[in-house]
Amino acid sequence: MKDSSRPLKLFAYTYLVFLYAPVLLLPVFAFNNSTTIAFPLQGFTLNWFNTLAEQTSLHNSLENSLLVAISTAVLSTCLAVLASRASARYEFFGKKTILSFLMLPLLLPEIIIGVSLLVVLIQLGLPLSLWTVILGHTLICMPFSIAILYSAFANMDQSLEEVSLDLGETQWGTFRRVTLPLVTPGLLSSFLIAFTISLDEFIIAFFLTGTQATLPVYIWGQLRFPAKLPGVMALGFMLLLLSLVLLSLGEYFRRRMNRLTGGEVQLGKFS
Amino acid sequence: MTTATPWIGSDYRRGLRLIGLPFGYSLLLLAAPLLLIFLLGFWTQDYLVLDRSFKLDNYIEAWSHPLYRVLMLRSLGISAVVTLATVLLAYPMAYFISFYGGNHKALWLFLVTIPFWTSYLLRVFLWKVILGYNGVLNSTLEWLGLIEEPLTFILYNVNAVVITLTHAWAPFAILPIFVALEKIDRSLLESATDLGDSPLRRFLHVTLPLSMPGVVAAALIIFIPTIGDYVTPRLVGGKDGLMIANMIQVQFSKANNAPLGAALAVSAMGIVSMVALLFVALNRRWLRKQGS
Repeated sequence: MKDSSRPLKLFAYTYLVFLYAPVLLLPVFAFNNSTTIAFPLQGFTLNWFNTLAEQTSLHNSLENSLLVAISTAVLSTCLAVLASRASARYEFFGKKTILSFLMLPLLLPEIIIGVSLLVVLIQLGLPLSLWTVILGHTLICMPFSIAILYSAFANMDQSLEEVSLDLGETQWGTFRRVTLPLVTPGLLSSFLIAFTISLDEFIIAFFLTGTQATLPVYIWGQLRFPAKLPGVMALGFMLLLLSLVLLSLGEYFRRRMNRLTGGEVQLGKFS
Repeated sequence: MTTATPWIGSDYRRGLRLIGLPFGYSLLLLAAPLLLIFLLGFWTQDYLVLDRSFKLDNYIEAWSHPLYRVLMLRSLGISAVVTLATVLLAYPMAYFISFYGGNHKALWLFLVTIPFWTSYLLRVFLWKVILGYNGVLNSTLEWLGLIEEPLTFILYNVNAVVITLTHAWAPFAILPIFVALEKIDRSLLESATDLGDSPLRRFLHVTLPLSMPGVVAAALIIFIPTIGDYVTPRLVGGKDGLMIANMIQVQFSKANNAPLGAALAVSAMGIVSMVALLFVALNRRWLRKQGS
């Protein structure tokens, strides 16, 4: 058994190198003292991080992106709570169809979502703004939030709710004082995943953003100017660190939720 | 439904009431826009004036113009190769994690997903740095003495698009295949061995068919959205690596011909959906044959 796994192990490590190749270059060029993104390296500098501090357009786009990501995360989590609670707890007509329809954005190319929303907005004569980006982002984040929250609601011990009702709590009181605390880690995990997806989403934002650029739209504009690239690398490195912190938190909450609700560790419940 | 007890009846309504809001949101912001873009393909636009009479002109142009046909076929080809390559690479990885991951399965899955939380635009851009004329790969190979001239067939063409996308979709293949492998009852594998199956036979007749749902999920989740990517072809594809999504984007912006863009988008979606359905059907037949 040990021998047969050796080539597999070797493959796994080689594949990891492939997966990490672009990401590892990010810190390399973020700290490299050269205006061109190429080898050989020229020495260490923190200069590129300093240039970031002076760009007001970057700061504006960061503010825009934070507004979009937070609103998206709240909206997507709230809508997903309703959908997950409904499908984990109740039986109703068309449940499977409705649920697969809600998960559909996972399978749709983002350009289709972006373009079709754009057409609707133009037909209705609504101006493009950060709110239109939020509407689109909520659509694509909802499937991820539902995947996380569905397992939270489905794994929860229902007898706890029944006990609370039997002891005289109202429906709402039970939801607020029993159900909600049990799924809170799931809520946080859903919030963080949606936040991270929205913060990085480019294609939909590119179509639906008005005059205010989000961070990825700003980065896309910068990629055309070679002189701006080292600064973009520094920015990318900081974003990577931020994503790692957020995702570690998300993962922590998800595991806590599974402990609270007694569920198994289920990674990647995407489909 | 009519014989439902009052208790089930209230349950029934409560469920629908809860899911009503998210469902309504998706109807309004997904179903309605998709329907509109389908209709838009039959309309025509002259500068800013939209003619709402029903015409097939855009679809005829989308299907007959050589440029669109080349882009469509190329996009399908790229999506298919990317799907195949990603699944072939991801399967052994998922297999390794599921069967030999021991206590570190969660850690491995975390490791596999981390790189994909870097900015998507920058990941694509960094592949340009790796594959470029003076890029990381060429410098390394030259330094090792394996090549004398930098390789040029790896950037600004279809190959670069395939490599970059194969990288971009990796976790979307590893995770569903891993989940499917985890669900396999290990005692089935033991009994196959006890009954004298060789490891290869056991894999082909037990493990692979049982993990097929994961493979199918991975294939669909990669194949369909890949057709709509326009960032990767724009950044690393050069002239010969452009895909249909680039043309759709041009129609909606510079060319200012949204109806034609809509016809192209609907056609692309229609074709990939057909291919995907065919794939699922073929897979079902194969599984039935395996079962008998």
